[in-house]
Amino acid sequence: MHFENYTTDGFFDEMFEAPGKVRPHYQMLAERFDRLSDEDFEEKRQAVDLSFLRAGVTFTVYSDNQGTERIMPFDLIPRVIPADEWSLLERGLKQRLEALNLFLHDIYHDQKILKDGIIPPSYVLSSKDFRREMMGVDVPRNIYIHICGTDLIRDDKGQYLVLEDNGRCPSGVSYVLENRAAMRRAFPNLFPTAGVRPVEHYAEDLLKMLKYISPVQGREPVVAILTPGVYNSAYFEHCFLARQMGVEIVEGRDLVVRDSKVYMRTTKGLQQVDVIYRRINDDFLDPSVFNPDSLLGVPGLLNAVRAGNIGLANAIGTGVADDKVMYYFVPRMIKYYLDQDPILPNVETYLPSEKQDYDYVINNLDKLVVKAANEAGGYGMLMGPWASKEEIAKFHEAVSANPRNYIAQNPISLSRHPTYCGEAGFEGRHIDLRPYIICGEDIKITPGGLTRVALRKGSLVVNSSQGGGAKDTWVLYNE
Amino acid sequence: MLSRVADSIYWMARYIERAENIARLVEVNLQLLLDFQDVDDAKLKEHWDPLIRSTGDESRFYEKFEKATSESVLEFLTFDPENPNSVLSCVCNARENARMVRDQITAEMWETLNKLYLFLKSGRARQLYQTDIHEFYQQIKEHSHLFQGLAHATVTRDEGYDFLQVGAFIERADKTTRILDIKYHMLLPSVTDVGGAVDVAQWIAILRSASAYEAFHQIYVADVNPAKIAEFLIFSETFPRSIRFCVQKLNERLHRISGCPLANYSNEAERLCGRLLSELNYGSVEEVFQEGLHEYLDRIQDRLNEIGGSTYKAYMFLPPVDMEGEIQVQQQQQQ
Repeated sequence: MHFENYTTDGFFDEMFEAPGKVRPHYQMLAERFDRLSDEDFEEKRQAVDLSFLRAGVTFTVYSDNQGTERIMPFDLIPRVIPADEWSLLERGLKQRLEALNLFLHDIYHDQKILKDGIIPPSYVLSSKDFRREMMGVDVPRNIYIHICGTDLIRDDKGQYLVLEDNGRCPSGVSYVLENRAAMRRAFPNLFPTAGVRPVEHYAEDLLKMLKYISPVQGREPVVAILTPGVYNSAYFEHCFLARQMGVEIVEGRDLVVRDSKVYMRTTKGLQQVDVIYRRINDDFLDPSVFNPDSLLGVPGLLNAVRAGNIGLANAIGTGVADDKVMYYFVPRMIKYYLDQDPILPNVETYLPSEKQDYDYVINNLDKLVVKAANEAGGYGMLMGPWASKEEIAKFHEAVSANPRNYIAQNPISLSRHPTYCGEAGFEGRHIDLRPYIICGEDIKITPGGLTRVALRKGSLVVNSSQGGGAKDTWVLYNE
Repeated sequence: MLSRVADSIYWMARYIERAENIARLVEVNLQLLLDFQDVDDAKLKEHWDPLIRSTGDESRFYEKFEKATSESVLEFLTFDPENPNSVLSCVCNARENARMVRDQITAEMWETLNKLYLFLKSGRARQLYQTDIHEFYQQIKEHSHLFQGLAHATVTRDEGYDFLQVGAFIERADKTTRILDIKYHMLLPSVTDVGGAVDVAQWIAILRSASAYEAFHQIYVADVNPAKIAEFLIFSETFPRSIRFCVQKLNERLHRISGCPLANYSNEAERLCGRLLSELNYGSVEEVFQEGLHEYLDRIQDRLNEIGGSTYKAYMFLPPVDMEGEIQVQQQQQQ
């Protein structure tokens, strides 16, 4: 497999400084792939796909009625991050998470940041993810976001930018671990010499954090993962983590709340649960408070939280911090709470709900990326420069009707990475990066994360539900 | 262990055991057919009807198919997604239950089951079924054996393992009663054929269907005698598919789960199982034939169902949450 005809087309390319010129930290990989014949490459590719399918490393797609299980397309060329770049990312993400957790504690207690006029109160109080029920509630160790999957991108200069903070129930970490396992099987000889930092301790770190937020002291806490069930698209991941940590995986119907304590229903009767890693959104978590039609949740869970009888990760109400509008204010939070400048900048963002930005946004929809504040997975999004007139008209109407619900950003030409593209060989495809951050006694970031790649030519959408794939992500010990 | 998890493990074990038994049953009877002369429609019906009857799906079959031919019966018992007891349905159900308890079974067990599922869902399965049908059933049996071997070799001996065994043994006991019962439904051309070539061939098929052919012959050298075969499949203390053996294991597992000594019982499941076991321990084949083989086997099946039902009540039954009531109570507490 050769890179001879590979072009960078003016984008920032992770592997090539210029056509034919490999960046130093990719040198070893380039040589390895150069030596690999097309047949060997194809064989490894198929072996990896088959192993994912057999192990059931799949997500469920509901677009057709079948609810088909699919594997996430996996690209064999890993993305490599040298040590100095990683240490910058680490510092930047820690800073961001510290600020976000301080913000959430503040918002649900004294609301100083609003009183000091740093953030207009209406933005926070009008957010549908602001949970009044959590006002004045002390959560264990004052941590709200315990698990975060921040999305990072690089622009045409290679500058890392934060695209969004996923502080609710970020998924995908199982792919990080499974992708690494698959790469180890496909290229067993590569790893000992490549100097790649391991990712396998993720589950240990997660369990340690979950035990740390247990409200009971003096006995081993009972930890459980709360899943919406076997039909959820991320069910594989819930099982995967439960297995790796050796904790129970429970559904809402396995739990009951009595006297503000949470119990699971076992073959030997009720057993108290101390910590829940929930993979159900706030709305469905407790039908006695939130969506009353939810069959997934546990009536009374909020009472247990308020009584301080359960550690819940992530806490209820974190959505207010990863709202796309609140994203705009994160640099201000960092300044306010930590008195620091952000190490990782945001993408330049406009708020249509602010007078000065509104006119600019509404007149430049064809040049901007517009996102609904509360959608995820690449839905509810306008890519102005590539959109049809009808789409733009639709967003014109929607934004002017409800400006609070939208943000706009300059389009970023995401960095590209050589990716296997069938008969075309290797071509550049746009990528992003989602590192996984665990906030417990200290903040830990698994070296690497999920590199998602937009497999369709020219596409900027990396979501697995919309034709995205993944790469293994290598963080090196060395520069 | 969560009640829901215990339930899934139990059914996973039952379904994989069921899939294997059906595969064996179908394959043996297919081979048996090769020994007959002048096979016409009537003969085919005589041959296949007992099989459909033994799985308890006779009416469902005739709703769908007009005639019991090799083709229709095999399709019905192997691939028919509407037949809940077809091999395909059993494997799908086993996998669906396994998916719900993936964190409780080992990765090796899951992959074996998933591989079998992917195989049955793929075009390769059909192809093999058409080109080499014996190899096809062999594949199914091998996956089941592998699954059980892996359970034996990789699973921690805890409550989960006990429920796995409870499911497997209750299903196996039930299937042995049904296999033996097939002979009751098989008609012989005339009374004088008792003990003749066809009769012997049929009894041998029964033994093979229960994987008991060789084991039987080690004990009763080349003597294919109905009473001895029935005795062997019902009362053998050492053959691992005999009803008595299965019920004995079932009894042990149930007591392990509760921690109650074997001589006592702590719930209805243990009481019923102990009673059935002593009937098997002290019963004789003469009594069975006195009662009538078919009637006797029917009764055993009912007993097994009762044990299954009371095990469910003791450990797995979740009284459904009264959502509205719960919500009201919790809302009052909030105020």
